Amino acid sequence: MMGDVLLTIRDLKIEGRAGEDWLPIINGVDLTLHKGEVLGLIGESGAGKSTLGLAAMGFARDGCRISGGEINFDGIDLRKASERRKRALRGQRIAYVAQSAAASFNPAHKLIDQYCEVPVLAGIKRSKAEAEAIELYRKMQLPEPGDIGFRYPHQVSGGQLQRAMTAMAMACHPDLIIFDEPTTALDVTTQIEVLAAIRDIVREYNTAAIYITHDLAVVAQMADRIKILLRGDEIEEADTRAMLAAPRADYTKSLWAVRSFARPEQPPASGTPVVSIRNVTAGYGKIDILHDVSFDIHAGRTVAVVGESGSGKSTVARVMTGLLPPRRGEIVFGGQTLPPDYRARSRDQLRQCQMIYQMADTALNPKLRLREIIGRPAQMYLGLKGAKLRARVRELLDLIEMEPDSFIDRLPGELSGGQKQRIGIARALAAEPELIICDEVTSALDQIVQEGILKLLDRLQSDLGLAYMFITHDLATVRAIADDVVVMQKGRIVEQGPKAQLFAPPHEPYTELLLSSVPEMDPDWLTRRLRGRRGAG
Amino acid sequence: MNAVLVMIAQRLALGVLTLFVVSVVIFGATELLPGDLASALLGQTATPETLAALRTQLGLNDPAPVRYWAWLTGVMQGDFGTSLATRRPIADMLSARLGNTIFLALYAAAIAVPLSLILGVLAALWRNSLFDRVANAGALSAISFPEFFVAYILIFLLAQSGFFPSMVRISPAMGLGDKLYVTFLPALTLTLVVTAHMMRMTRAAIINLLASPYIEMARLKGVSPLRIVLRHALPNALAPIINVIAINLAYLITGVVVVEVVFVYPGLGQLMVDSVAKRDIAVVQAIALIFASAYVLLNLTADVLSTLTNPRLMRRK
Repeated sequence: MMGDVLLTIRDLKIEGRAGEDWLPIINGVDLTLHKGEVLGLIGESGAGKSTLGLAAMGFARDGCRISGGEINFDGIDLRKASERRKRALRGQRIAYVAQSAAASFNPAHKLIDQYCEVPVLAGIKRSKAEAEAIELYRKMQLPEPGDIGFRYPHQVSGGQLQRAMTAMAMACHPDLIIFDEPTTALDVTTQIEVLAAIRDIVREYNTAAIYITHDLAVVAQMADRIKILLRGDEIEEADTRAMLAAPRADYTKSLWAVRSFARPEQPPASGTPVVSIRNVTAGYGKIDILHDVSFDIHAGRTVAVVGESGSGKSTVARVMTGLLPPRRGEIVFGGQTLPPDYRARSRDQLRQCQMIYQMADTALNPKLRLREIIGRPAQMYLGLKGAKLRARVRELLDLIEMEPDSFIDRLPGELSGGQKQRIGIARALAAEPELIICDEVTSALDQIVQEGILKLLDRLQSDLGLAYMFITHDLATVRAIADDVVVMQKGRIVEQGPKAQLFAPPHEPYTELLLSSVPEMDPDWLTRRLRGRRGAG
Repeated sequence: MNAVLVMIAQRLALGVLTLFVVSVVIFGATELLPGDLASALLGQTATPETLAALRTQLGLNDPAPVRYWAWLTGVMQGDFGTSLATRRPIADMLSARLGNTIFLALYAAAIAVPLSLILGVLAALWRNSLFDRVANAGALSAISFPEFFVAYILIFLLAQSGFFPSMVRISPAMGLGDKLYVTFLPALTLTLVVTAHMMRMTRAAIINLLASPYIEMARLKGVSPLRIVLRHALPNALAPIINVIAINLAYLITGVVVVEVVFVYPGLGQLMVDSVAKRDIAVVQAIALIFASAYVLLNLTADVLSTLTNPRLMRRK
């Protein structure tokens, strides 16, 4: 029951400025969208998904230009239309939902004021717009729908903001909504609610949508059709079920294959653990974040600490590294109790435990060359100098599979996201630690790049006998690399044990919730899961 | 609101502490000057005997902390002491001058603040356009010339031809319209001097925000460019703008000596320069303290206003 054609894009070319030159971002992509249809756009970052999505609104970001092709929205040529004409379409007939609602809501205004802006400009009475906003907040299953709009963005959680933003996009009952990675920044348990809310409301209003994501399992739930992009080119397009059942292009097949990496089963842990966290209670100010947390990490093993944001998993890392001295409990490293504050720890104690961070972008000093970034810990902790230091830096670059000659004198700004994260790994290795804490190290990366990083970490672990503590909210990553799993909720450990035991039923209720919230490739998964939940509830 | 009241109270307490430190520094600085009140008063006619007698009479032989305390308690009660040159109470001399200075500062601010905000917003809206370049170049040239030079140029252009008086004769009996007319040139000079700073900060603070995701969101909602600048960028840019305005207002009160001298305007700055020349230390101390208070008060106001404009500071989760 396909409706009329709403949007056609023909041979679209978009270029981005790089210094004096214009480099292609989109090289001639076609796209057709019918009324009420949802098209999924898939690709890694840099594939041009967002650029294409924005072009559907006749919009190019600063530094980009639409250099060729046609964009036709319901009979209006968006390449020729005046700015005024396009402004009248945006927000009213074509709306946009951004990846990070937290950054895309204006911090200076209340949610409902931002909701009402477009309707009021379109000539709808403020009181009527407000009433509709509250109705939409209710449909999006926001708590206290009559009240939540009168809060400022910083007073509302990320998942709620994302739903409020979808409500805002719905304000004028647009014909088309561009969803640009709307759930990427959310926890799995929150994501499932937002996905359900978006799907229901899009169906109810018969809105067409372009759903941009890099998560195949998510798009499988949301889209009628899927289009796959790679570096500005279309790879293939097909109905969701056909695509999932039988991907044609090699690249598409490789996207599917990513999920197959798994670390081989390790023998059970034995001997003294490298590090033991014993009955740690810690927090900021008067509030306790961690309550009586205890677990061990053994040499050559990976312990994954899993939980939603706010569960205290990063706080555990802060206590272990001595950044946050615990109120009670202790950290025992190789049989020796560490001083609670890092300032009281010896240089050798500091060396034993290194960290890799989520945002490689901000964790590397942009003004230092790679030789300095990697060389510094080797110099500081191990006293290497001159030729020895240079040889060690080259050795480390070899270890992370980056050609020393071409990379040693580069700056972090000249690297891709995955390469930056590899430098983060090399910097941690340079100290020759026994334990590396990986804090969401793959969350900011695309699946294919993630896979490379996970494989690298796995190989380093086998070669060097390292212990890892892997902080993550992504259960697919946990399945791939963990030996033992610690599940945390609200600062407490709800369940811990070897991976095989934890992933096999019966589960603790919270573990069950986490596991059941991870989207699966099956297009009926969301429907089934929701039915199951509502049935159980 | 309670949080704001607590903050105001804290900042006020800090301000009082700052003023106390400033008063110690002012008093200490005048102590370091060679000679003292008695020798200044008696001048050439001094004999050792008369000097000693006068010192005893004025209490100058007391230790410095005692004299500081006497001065400070006087100031707290509004008694700044007696001028050496005129023998009049300093408080009386100051009140008229202070009124004139504040009048001129407000006059200049009333032109300069709206002007620089409007120019800054328009320059941000039409960034890199001809308007932006002309506004920037104009404001920068005005700030680059010394104040007296700007003042003489204005006198040449507007007073030579008889439009405005080049010397300001002002009296309490004058009506507001007359006052505004005779002080127009000094106010305009000051406007030219302070506009560039405020305008460029307004422009920079707004442009700084135009790359944020919420501005892109507003553009994708079809909001017009002017409304984006005014409603989406400006409210988030207010804190730095308010602080620059406060600094410039403080400058209008404390830094206008040169302009007052050029236009013979009877303000505090000129009185201060005269008093320094005449060694009228007590007056210098009093004016320095008033200037310090102006700085403290304006910065306090700026802090409070920037907090009020930020919902993240006003309403906790």
